[in-house]
Amino acid sequence: MFGIELKKVGKSFGDNEVLRDINVSIPKGSFTAIVGKSGCGKSTLLRVIAGLEDVTSGSLAYTDGEAKKSNIRIMFQDDRLIPWKSILKNVAIGGVDKKEAEEALEKVGLNGKKDAWPDELSGGQKQRVALARALASKPDVLLFDEPLGALDALTRMEMQHLIEELWQEQNFTSILVTHDVSEAVHLADRVIVLDEGGIQLDQEIDLQRPRERDERFTSYEKKILDKIVGG
Amino acid sequence: MKKNKWYNNQLFPWLLPIVIVILWQVLGQLNLIKSTMLPTPIEVVEAGIRLFQTGELQEHVYISTERAVIGFAIGGAVGFLLGLFNGTVLFFEKLTDTSIQMIRTIPHLALIPLVILWFGIGESAKIFLVAVGVMFPIYINTFSGIKNVDRKLIEMGKVYGMSKWQLFTNIILPGAMPNILVGIRYALGVTWISLIVAETIGADAGIGYMATTAREFMQMDIVVLTIVLYAILGKLSDFIAKVCERRFLKWNPAYRKH
Repeated sequence: MFGIELKKVGKSFGDNEVLRDINVSIPKGSFTAIVGKSGCGKSTLLRVIAGLEDVTSGSLAYTDGEAKKSNIRIMFQDDRLIPWKSILKNVAIGGVDKKEAEEALEKVGLNGKKDAWPDELSGGQKQRVALARALASKPDVLLFDEPLGALDALTRMEMQHLIEELWQEQNFTSILVTHDVSEAVHLADRVIVLDEGGIQLDQEIDLQRPRERDERFTSYEKKILDKIVGG
Repeated sequence: MKKNKWYNNQLFPWLLPIVIVILWQVLGQLNLIKSTMLPTPIEVVEAGIRLFQTGELQEHVYISTERAVIGFAIGGAVGFLLGLFNGTVLFFEKLTDTSIQMIRTIPHLALIPLVILWFGIGESAKIFLVAVGVMFPIYINTFSGIKNVDRKLIEMGKVYGMSKWQLFTNIILPGAMPNILVGIRYALGVTWISLIVAETIGADAGIGYMATTAREFMQMDIVVLTIVLYAILGKLSDFIAKVCERRFLKWNPAYRKH
């Protein structure tokens, strides 16, 4: 496991400044959520952390342990399953063997579907396979790029529960990008609000797990939401 | 369900050709079509049996098929490799794509006079023409297939630790496969067209040669027989292409079973 340290990170695409002066230190094994309106730069920040985009200014460092970019996995907005591979083979990619893949599928409750084609599964099942694929290689860091955005409310709650459970069990460093404030408060130790490329709020969430929608939950939710809407 | 519709019967697509053949036979027998204009199906079949007994039929079909296979293999390999390099390496694309697109617009059969001067009327002339005709459809489809592979899947592969070779064999090539198969199917059609023309113009064996000699002796039944032979060979190669599609695209619901 390792953490991530961003110092004065800026990112521009041509003249378009997407991120500016981002200072964040993410300890290993923590769960951080990044929220904000669409176009606020949250997905770009995730891609920078994953090493898919280079920073324009500032620095990105992996801290607290033996850091390897190859131990970072992303769960994307869309499932990105390979349509011409069976479910099992979709999970067993990039050095993951069949046994590890089956174990991962077992964890998301889909080992029964291992011989199916991706298009035979529902949207929620496909995202569960994508989660299994991300977990199968035992990642140090798992980045979630709004992976539940396209799911219906019930499937979404199930997935949130599953992600929380697996995170507690395997203790990988998690960063979740979402526009759903309640999802962020439900899952994260800490919520970062991003607006126009800069950090507007950095909020610890000090609630017992599993979390209930009680008064303190909603007050966190309200505080974050106000910040996003108010800017 | 779609499956239970009566027209999903395997024999149904053959209904129309059978009706046409029967109609043709009846019209011929009633002398509504003169057999000097168009011999009846039975006469054509008889001609086929006659030539089969002398061994001519097998010989000519064999030679034509051999030319088709060799020409297709050479042209297909060249087109596929060019498409592969140009689709994956930008340098090659910039270097050769414009030239290829330019040459592609020339109808390859317009090369016949040139080809005859180069190779005479020997085997290489026909194989060359088939290869040139086959090369372009395979090139274009391989190239665009590779260019259109879902970038998101490639990005996923990179994040999930695939090597360049693994990306190619697991994502890029299978992703381009539907297009490549379209190219193959189209190229198979081109193969037979090129061969028909090449064999009619200058040859001492092959189906086209059979047709030309039969024409000179006014053997209408053999002329029609050669046309039927081309149709059968064309359908056969299309069938092989279809089998390949089922095999390589079985993940795609459109190819799964009808």
